[in-house]
Amino acid sequence: MQLTGAQAMVQALEQAGVTTIFGYPGAAIAPFYDALVDSNIRHVLTRNEQGAAHAASGYARARQVTGVCVVTSGPGATNVITGIATAYMDSIPLVAITGQVTTDLIGSDSFQEVDITGATSPFTKHNYLVKAAQDLPRIIKEAFYLASTGRPGPVLIDVPQDIQMAVFDFVEPGDLYLPGYRLVTEADPEQLLAVKAQLESARAPIICAGGGVLSSKATQELLALAEMCQIPVVTTMMGISAIPYDHPLYLGTLGSHGLFAANYALNQADLVMLIGARVGNRAMGSAQEIARRAQIVHIDIDPAEIGKNIKPHTAIVADAKSALTGLLALAPQTDTSEWVAKTDEIKASHHLPEKPATASETIYPPTLMRILGELAGPDALVTTEVGQNQIWVANHYPFRKPHAFITSGGMGTMGYGLPSSLGAKVGCPEQTVIAVSGDGSFQMSLQELGTVKQERAAVKFVLLNNSRLGMVHEIQSMRYKRYSQVFLEENPDFGKLAAAYGLGYGRIHSNDQIADAIRTMLDTPGPYLLECQIDPHEPTLYPVRKEEKG
Amino acid sequence: MSQHTLSVLVNNHPGLLSKVSGLFSRRSFNIHSLAVGICEIPDCSRMTIVVNGDEAMVDQVIKQLDKLIDVIEIEHLPVQNSVYREMVLAKVAVEASQRTELLQIAEIFRAKIVDVSLHHITLELTGQADKISGFLNLLEDFKILRIVRTGTIAVPRYEEA
Repeated sequence: MQLTGAQAMVQALEQAGVTTIFGYPGAAIAPFYDALVDSNIRHVLTRNEQGAAHAASGYARARQVTGVCVVTSGPGATNVITGIATAYMDSIPLVAITGQVTTDLIGSDSFQEVDITGATSPFTKHNYLVKAAQDLPRIIKEAFYLASTGRPGPVLIDVPQDIQMAVFDFVEPGDLYLPGYRLVTEADPEQLLAVKAQLESARAPIICAGGGVLSSKATQELLALAEMCQIPVVTTMMGISAIPYDHPLYLGTLGSHGLFAANYALNQADLVMLIGARVGNRAMGSAQEIARRAQIVHIDIDPAEIGKNIKPHTAIVADAKSALTGLLALAPQTDTSEWVAKTDEIKASHHLPEKPATASETIYPPTLMRILGELAGPDALVTTEVGQNQIWVANHYPFRKPHAFITSGGMGTMGYGLPSSLGAKVGCPEQTVIAVSGDGSFQMSLQELGTVKQERAAVKFVLLNNSRLGMVHEIQSMRYKRYSQVFLEENPDFGKLAAAYGLGYGRIHSNDQIADAIRTMLDTPGPYLLECQIDPHEPTLYPVRKEEKG
Repeated sequence: MSQHTLSVLVNNHPGLLSKVSGLFSRRSFNIHSLAVGICEIPDCSRMTIVVNGDEAMVDQVIKQLDKLIDVIEIEHLPVQNSVYREMVLAKVAVEASQRTELLQIAEIFRAKIVDVSLHHITLELTGQADKISGFLNLLEDFKILRIVRTGTIAVPRYEEA
C-alpha cells in the first residue's frame, strides 16, 4: 500500500487509539493537516501553540491517556516548549508532533526553522527528527509506548515537510525493539520483605504519596496499606487526590506551602515511605536532615530518582501499584497507635478555622474552596494556575476522587490552568470541570478563551481577583518589605471579557454570596466566569503570618 | 572526589553526542573527558567517559545516562582492572641545537616522530594519562606550537563470559 508520510502519521495516530488532538497548523505541518481531513480524529484548534500542549496535557490527565499536540516548525515548535517542559516535570504522557522545514533546508537557517529536537532534549523523555517517511509508523508507535510506560513523559517527533509528502510502501511496524529502554515494573520480593521488617519496627511511620501513585493507578492499594498498617499519609503537590481529603489518616500536603500537620509528621516520623515522589525541594527542603533522623524507604519506577535528592535506607525500583500490592500481601504487623493518636491531635489542633475574610467586601478563599467542592461534587475535575490560587485549592479544596486535581506541580507554569481545563473538558465532557485562577495567571493564556468558545467547552472559571500577582506580592511583603511590579490595577473588565467570549458571568465579594453564586455557575449551561473579590493581603503562608504579627 | 571511567554503548545517532554532553552540563556533572567512536556492534558507538565526582554523583551520572533511550549499556570500569589509553600529538618548534635533546626525551617515552621539518617536530605518544602528562611536562623547556590530546579510552581486562 502506498501512503504519504502525512497519511502514515494520521494512520499511526489512529492505531495508537488517538481520538482527539490539539494543535495549530502552519506551512511545515500542512501535509499532515491535509491528511487529517480524511480522518475521524477530532482536532481542537487552540489560539497559541503553548495552549495546544497544555490542553493536551489536561486531556491526558483527565482521561489518563496519552495527550497529543501538533504544531508547525519554528515559532510553532518553540511555543510548545513550555508545555512540553511542564509535562516533563509532572511526568505526563504527551506526544508532541512538530513540522520541520524540508530536509534539504535543515541547517541553513531557513524560514521558520529551529532545532527543536536540540532545544527539547533536556525535557523530553525522548525525541526524534524523522529522516525517512518509512520510519514514521515505527517512530510514532515507539513514541506512544515511551510516553506512556515506565515513568510517563513527553516525546517529541519532528517531521520535515518533504518527509510528510514523500510516498512510500507502507509496512506495518513490527514489535518494538528498544534495547536502551529497560522497564522494571515488578517489585523485588526481597526488598519488599526488607520494607515489611522496617514497617514492623517503626513506631512513627508516614507514607508520602507523590504523583507516581496516581500515574500507576495505585490509590486503592495506597489506601488499603495505610489502613491495614495504620500509617498516616501526606502527599506532595502532585500526590493530591491520591487519598480522600477527609480520610482520618490523611494529614495534608507537604512543603513550604503545605499544611502544618503534614510537615510536623514528616519531621517527627521515624520512617518515611516515599511512593512515587521525587523529593522535590518545594516538598522537602531539608531532605538530608530527614534522612539522618528517619528510616527512608523510597519506591519509584525511575531508578534515577533513587538517591537523587535523598539517600534511602531501602529502595524499590518498581511501579507503585506492584510495590503496594506486594506489601499488602505481606501484611506487615505494625503498632502505630500512639503515633496516630499524636498526629490526630496535631491535625485537630492545627485545623485552620474558617473565618470571614480579613478585609471587608472580600471572600475568604479557603471557605470558597470548601463550598465549591461541596457543590461541584466528587467527580468534578479542578485545574489551577500557579500562585496563591494553586495553594488554596491544594490545601482547601475537598478532593475525594483520584485524578481530580490538575495542576502544574513541578514547573509551576502560570498559564497552564486555562488551557488544561479546556483539554480536560474536551476529554471528559460529562464531568464538571472547574478552572481556578488568579487575575494574573488568568491572563497568561487568556487567548484560549477563544478556543473555549469555539469548542463550546463548558468550563467553569473561578477567578480570584486581588488586582495583583498575589504570590509574588506575598513573598515581597515577607522577605523584601517593599513591592516591585506586582500590581494589576488596570485589569480588564472581566464581565465584558466574559461577554465577548460568550461566557456566563457572575461576581461576588462576600462569603455569604458564595453558595448561591456557585450554584448559578454550575446550573448555567456552557462556560461561565465567576469573579471573586479577595483580600490582597490574604496570605497562603499562615504560620509565618502569625509570627509576623508577633 | 575521585575519577571514574564509564564505558557506554550507544546507538549511532546523529544528535546523541549532544544529548549526552547536554546531560552533563545541565546536571552539573563534572566531565573530565569523553571519547567516542564506532565499535564492534553495527550501528553502535562506544563512548568512554571519565568523570570526577563522589560515589553518589557517579551513581546519578550512570542512572541519568541510562534514562537516555539511545544508551544501550553502561559499564563502570574497575579502576585497577582496566587498561586506559590516550594519545597526544605535540608539535614542537625546535632548532638544530635542541633536536638531540628532544629526540632523547621521545625515545625515553617511546614517542613516535610523525612529522618533521627544519623548524619543528611533531611527536605522537600513547599511554595512560599520567605518562602523557609526564611527557608533556618535559616538553615545557621547548617552544610548544600545539598540543592535541584525545580523551581516555579504556577496556576492562576481563570480559564477562
